Amino acid sequence: MIPELGHFALILALLVALAQAALPLLGAATNSAPLMALARPAARAQALLVAFAFGCLAWSFAGNDFSVLNVASNSNSELPLHYRIAATWGSHEGSLLLWTLMLAGWSFAVTLFSRNLPRELLARVLSVMGLISVGFLLFMLLTSNPFERLVPAAVEGRDLNPLLQDPGMVFHPPLLYMGYVGFSVAFSFAVAALIGGRLDAAWARWSRPWTTVAWSFLTIGIALGSGWAYYTLGWGGWWFWDPVENASFMPWLTGTALIHSLAVTEKRGAFRSWTVLLAILAFSLSLLGTFLVRSGVLTSVHAFATDPARGVFILIFLAVVVGGSLALFAWRAGKVGLGGSFAVVSRESMLLANNILLIVAMASVLLGTLYPLFLDALGLGKLSVGPPYFDSVFYPLMAPAAFLMGVGPLARWSHAPIPELWQRLRWAFAVAIVSALILPMILGRWTPLIAGGVLLAVWIVASVVETLRVRIASAPRGDLLGALRTNSSSYYGMLLAHLGVGIFIAGVTLVKGYEIERDIRLEPGDAVEVGGYEFRFVGVTPGPGPNYRAVTGRFEVRKDARLVETLKPEKRIYNASGQAMTIAAIDVGILGDRYVSLGEPAGATAGDITGAWSVRIYVKPFIDWIWAGVLLMGLGGFLAVMDRRYRLAPRRGSVSASPSIASAAD
Amino acid sequence: MKPLKPRAQRLAWIGAGLAALGVAVGLVLNAFQSNLVFFFTPSQVAAKEAPTGRAFRIGGMVESGSVVREPNSLTVRFRVTDNAQTIPVTYTGLLPDLFREGKGVVAQGSVAADGSFTATEVLAKHDENYMPPQAQSAMDAARKGTTMKTLREGQGR
Repeated sequence: MIPELGHFALILALLVALAQAALPLLGAATNSAPLMALARPAARAQALLVAFAFGCLAWSFAGNDFSVLNVASNSNSELPLHYRIAATWGSHEGSLLLWTLMLAGWSFAVTLFSRNLPRELLARVLSVMGLISVGFLLFMLLTSNPFERLVPAAVEGRDLNPLLQDPGMVFHPPLLYMGYVGFSVAFSFAVAALIGGRLDAAWARWSRPWTTVAWSFLTIGIALGSGWAYYTLGWGGWWFWDPVENASFMPWLTGTALIHSLAVTEKRGAFRSWTVLLAILAFSLSLLGTFLVRSGVLTSVHAFATDPARGVFILIFLAVVVGGSLALFAWRAGKVGLGGSFAVVSRESMLLANNILLIVAMASVLLGTLYPLFLDALGLGKLSVGPPYFDSVFYPLMAPAAFLMGVGPLARWSHAPIPELWQRLRWAFAVAIVSALILPMILGRWTPLIAGGVLLAVWIVASVVETLRVRIASAPRGDLLGALRTNSSSYYGMLLAHLGVGIFIAGVTLVKGYEIERDIRLEPGDAVEVGGYEFRFVGVTPGPGPNYRAVTGRFEVRKDARLVETLKPEKRIYNASGQAMTIAAIDVGILGDRYVSLGEPAGATAGDITGAWSVRIYVKPFIDWIWAGVLLMGLGGFLAVMDRRYRLAPRRGSVSASPSIASAAD
Repeated sequence: MKPLKPRAQRLAWIGAGLAALGVAVGLVLNAFQSNLVFFFTPSQVAAKEAPTGRAFRIGGMVESGSVVREPNSLTVRFRVTDNAQTIPVTYTGLLPDLFREGKGVVAQGSVAADGSFTATEVLAKHDENYMPPQAQSAMDAARKGTTMKTLREGQGR
């Protein structure tokens, strides 16, 4: 009964979404206030219906209702309750329902925080969001019904993929989807502005906090996924340039360009068409990412061809959304206008250069991701584009962007004299150069790549410090707190996010430069020295888990004969699926991690767990700085949207045109 | 420097965009040159269609009873088959959790003059229910008696 109620709620939600998509748009076109006023209640009703449907599915998962196909395929009665609830979005159908729930949630949020919006704009924004929702609800109801019954009911479920039975995987998809779907708000604002033909600084001010929040969620979602890969996939990497990862990284790169471009549109009224185009692009790439991950096209283009209903639907939907919005853009962008002019060296020009670099880098990732799929689909052969491709294309493109990140926040709008910039930044530059020359030598090995990475990381951190110092120095003397308080929280958010990028680059550089990876065979009692630490393999002990059998190893880690940590990596065999899984043991530290994972028994007799084992022993200096940096970026975004000017009623059409440093805050 | 006129400015930025794109295309072509990894089936490797001295991927099934672990080292020998041809593979290192006899596998490495394959990487990023797509298509191609179309070196650049 509960699944049928959920199914029914989805059908009702589709009807409400149709009304939400059509009527307010019509109202805005005919200037009919009652029709426009429908947008808000319709969006709220739709959100409640979708939330109810989601609750029904979660209920079926929690109650082990194996008469529902989705539950029987993705859950198991032995699975602990929190993973049964997380399994709600572990499947294709469930994750689509989560996507739709997020969309409904964002629409609901728009209805709450829109008191200052002109009613035409609000009506159009909610209409466009309703249209997207219609697409996803139709997709679910026609091809991927999460409530489909299984007759006769299964006695036991097939279990959730053990890789997903992890706290990181409980939170990763919702956060990632918050980001993906959050870009739908920016997209809807852009399309609404194109329809209305009015796009000014006030518009940018409205859509900016939404975009930044979505970007922050996406940032933290990606960080969680990367951290999950590091400790569950058992080989100690943090990014693989896998198509699934690229699918989330492309919207992120475009979103990063978008939040910077929006800053220019809000502050200076420039880059209008470009901003709109980026908003369309960011959401289109979110849809493409959903398509890549959800259609099965990555597993095999042929699997896609043999069961085409889902793939074809997403492809058509993608074509309608991307094609439609780009056509609208081509038709209406002229009305939107380009905005003010600026000198070759100015904050605008640097932000534009950063935008170009980000988009070109995104295009190179897109090419590397889609190229093998195209060749395969056309029957031209099979190949893979590996991490070296992405490394050798991505890093050279991002290095100048990282350099500009140091200069941009200190550059004046409109026109930034180079001598003034040099005078401000020469100390940061000197510190960066000296660090790049000396720091790698202290750490043990100097190579141009490590030096380059250190240069950029220290440059960004030093320029953030310098930017803050200039700000404080320009305030009256002696009143440090007062000086700090005069700056907006969006300014500090920007600095925090940039600081995060510096820390991220430092982490990537140092772990790539100094990590030590040893795959080795150890007898119980053997010890091995890796990166200044002695790892002694004591042995393994078998033991049961809630829904798996485990073998737990014991490694004593010593530094200078002093016991630092005892690491207990596990090898699990899950009862329901028989799938093996490696759980690494990690001694986390600010200066680096000690990482141990079990391979398999490598003794004289096969399957003898008391003998020798193959093990991975890794020392990963500064690896946690990678996620710390990314989290700072995300927190910077959240800090930025707490700015009180977003809560004030904006004066329509007001653009602060003063080129002074004070207004150049954000 | 004075602010440029909007038209000149737009042209300058379009030029900058094209320049960035040009650099990117150069980087991409350069990276493609050395970093595309082509895929071959055991039948193709046996027919000496695979390049020597360049890394490529081979896919198929781990032949049952073929896995031999060398004593006192991490070196493992096994045979990869598409049910038509069989290629001996040597790998030193830790095998992924899903590596099993009778299951699909994809290995990356290079082929020696005697036809044996030395793997630098063994991939099994799939679950128990299905084969790695490349391994599956190798078996399908061998069963149909057709050679799978594969890009040769020198094409597709």
